[in-house]
Amino acid sequence: MTPDWADTVRVHPLVVRITHWINVFAILIMVASGWRIYNASPLFGFKFPSDWTLGGWLAGALQWHFAAMWLLALSGLTYVTYGIVSGHFRRKLLPVAPAAVWHDVAAAFRGKLAHDDLRVYNAAQRAAYLGAILIGIVLVLSGLVLWKPVQFYTLGLLMGDYEGARYVHFIAMAALVLFVIVHVVMVLLVPRTFPTMFTGRARVSATAKGD
Amino acid sequence: MKRLFGMRESLKSQSRPRIESIERRLFLRQGLSLGAVALLSGCDVTNPESVQKVLWAMSRWNDRVQGWIFNPNRLAPEFPESAITMPFPFNAFYSMDEAPSVDAASYRLELSGLVRDKKPWTLPELYALQPQVSQVTRHICVEGWSAIGKWSGVRFSDFLGRIGADRSAKYVGFKCADKYWTSIDMPTALHPQTLLTFRFADQILPAPFGFPMKLRIPTKLGFKNPKHIVAMFVTNEYPGGYWEDQGYNWFSGS
Repeated sequence: MTPDWADTVRVHPLVVRITHWINVFAILIMVASGWRIYNASPLFGFKFPSDWTLGGWLAGALQWHFAAMWLLALSGLTYVTYGIVSGHFRRKLLPVAPAAVWHDVAAAFRGKLAHDDLRVYNAAQRAAYLGAILIGIVLVLSGLVLWKPVQFYTLGLLMGDYEGARYVHFIAMAALVLFVIVHVVMVLLVPRTFPTMFTGRARVSATAKGD
Repeated sequence: MKRLFGMRESLKSQSRPRIESIERRLFLRQGLSLGAVALLSGCDVTNPESVQKVLWAMSRWNDRVQGWIFNPNRLAPEFPESAITMPFPFNAFYSMDEAPSVDAASYRLELSGLVRDKKPWTLPELYALQPQVSQVTRHICVEGWSAIGKWSGVRFSDFLGRIGADRSAKYVGFKCADKYWTSIDMPTALHPQTLLTFRFADQILPAPFGFPMKLRIPTKLGFKNPKHIVAMFVTNEYPGGYWEDQGYNWFSGS
């Protein structure tokens, strides 16, 4: 039975839900094809298992990467623009005080972190989501330098030209994958957050308990 | 969000049927958003052929975008000779000892397509071209690695002028002694750093690095820099290339 309208509150705006799932799809493609591209000329002493990659060979992986980048750019830009213009970021992700983040991260490791009102992010969440947005920006900018090292030469100087950008792009990818793993583990620990990213709503009773 | 919550508050006080119709609308809207996700995901992902079509279409789109991004006045960075990579990596679709051996005496560069003067060029005639220029630039491979090298020759735009090439044509295509072929866009062909080179590291181009002639384009990936060129043509028909026809992006510009 669907919950009564009056019984639920809005947790995630529609734009956030749509862009979230498009981003999930695009990032999966970007990471899996990116690993295949990495394998063509590894920066470090390892390769990603072929089964975890997308594209079949380098050209196929590049095609996936340079197709999905448009999806990610459109969706990511929509999300960030919406977040700034609507005040969504300001309301949900700010303020984020370092002391509070530290406190909440420590609480999370003791299994004592509360996320009872799904409308309000705790400090650890705020830091993580802001961090993911920043990582996304670094990924896009370093990706631009790798794609167009001559046209975006000045931007490339910020990250050590073409060769530096390869490391920046890789490290940002690793940070994003780490974020995704932590994010998914957190959703598994607090499973009632999962349907809200589809429906956008949560029961009032579910948000009112605790605290 | 506050405004939306406000709306919800006011709805609370309204009658049940009205609320249900809004709930239906919300459901519909969510259904539509899921449809949009399916659409954006590139049709039927279970059918590799349709996926391939979308990927190729996106690659053609990326060719166009790169053409717009390409700034004909932006120069690739040049480096001091101390930055040159030693030894310079060899890369081709065959191993180093399979590089073609071109006979200098009988060599002729064949010209065709939209050029006024189609007279073939001998190697001494090519070597006599002026003015000679050098560049120390970064060669970036599609695989990801890069290496800095020094190439010397003449500006390709000067050569295109000498042979009376139609500069308003879209493409310049190349055929190579190793059966390789590729093609580039005219704006890149006319770029001041695009050189028809005869020397590498101050020596006559060694066989593995493209004897007798390599087109050096520091604004394109390595595979767009043809070696062992034996024929070139100017055309408006998309010529493709050895790697390009297999899936590598055609423009592949830096």
